[in-house]
Amino acid sequence: MQVSISKVILAAVTLEPGKVAGSIPTFLVNEREEQQKIAQYLGRILEGVVHDLENGVLIIVKH
Amino acid sequence: MPFSFFPIVFGVILGTLARYLMLKSDYRHYPSYPHGIITHISLGFIAAVLGSVAVPALMAKEFAAVSFLALAAQQFREVRTIEREMLLNLDKSELVQRGPDYIEGIARVFESRNYLVILTSLVVSTVTLFTHWIFGFAAGALAVMASNRLMSGRRVGDIAQVRTGDIQFKGANVFVEDIHIMNIGADEAREILQKRGVGVVIEPVNDNERETLGNNGQRMAIAHDAASQLGIYKDVDTPEFTPLVRRDLDTGRIAMLIVPIEKDPEFLIMAVKGVPVLESATGKPLKSRAGKLAED
Repeated sequence: MQVSISKVILAAVTLEPGKVAGSIPTFLVNEREEQQKIAQYLGRILEGVVHDLENGVLIIVKH
Repeated sequence: MPFSFFPIVFGVILGTLARYLMLKSDYRHYPSYPHGIITHISLGFIAAVLGSVAVPALMAKEFAAVSFLALAAQQFREVRTIEREMLLNLDKSELVQRGPDYIEGIARVFESRNYLVILTSLVVSTVTLFTHWIFGFAAGALAVMASNRLMSGRRVGDIAQVRTGDIQFKGANVFVEDIHIMNIGADEAREILQKRGVGVVIEPVNDNERETLGNNGQRMAIAHDAASQLGIYKDVDTPEFTPLVRRDLDTGRIAMLIVPIEKDPEFLIMAVKGVPVLESATGKPLKSRAGKLAED
């Protein structure tokens, strides 16, 4: 539920370096399994939700 | 004035008893036993004293005593503030939060129950004063029953059809029937949702209820009650399993995706049907001319 208005992108995990820009912590990975694993870990560590932008970029968002 | 001593005591006893009967410690686990109960019984006792002395005081021409009733109302409004603040603070540590609307509703109930106690003991002491204590007792019991009847609000089951809905995945997006719930990026989370998740569709019966169910606070209340009754497959580090309640903008249906610990869709539906309709969420667009004409 939308309890707070602050939704923040905490990190991005990308297969393609060119697709993420700006000040977001970005993790470069080589393959999908690794991407899933890193995103899952980051999600747990940061208590965020992993979302898929369907362009090879996963983002971890704090809701 | 020894003649009015018994009616007052009798009114106080029955009023306090009424407060005790209204304190239902149910699945919401609130108020917590025993300290919360002591607090509320004591307040109920004070309310009962105030209610019982009102008519005997009037008869003894003690008008100042009656004006204390007004003072009491102020005190009980304080009860509401205290309850609200406490519940709001505690809500932060809930896995699935109640939401401010639900809390406001609970706080309002706590306040109004004290007024019901005043009313009950007023009735009891007055009837006892003028007739016999048996009639006083009967009047008190009647008052308690009537207030329980009047105070039990509607439930979601009264305003909507509740049924299960299929969970569908389109790419990274999860849908319950055709209602978009959220975007899930992690494969593991998707697998768990597929395996353990349950989708519930709640269809409002008319336009009034469409607005009621659209209220965000009402939706949070549904999610909270469902999660607290069937358990929630979630911890602080897995916010993706927070039950989400989303709305179909075309029809006003709402869909909930929840991952309960007990995967029993029929009991989940029972839980959702039993969620109280929040007073603050209730919308009545059909009462307005424009709303009535726009209905189709």
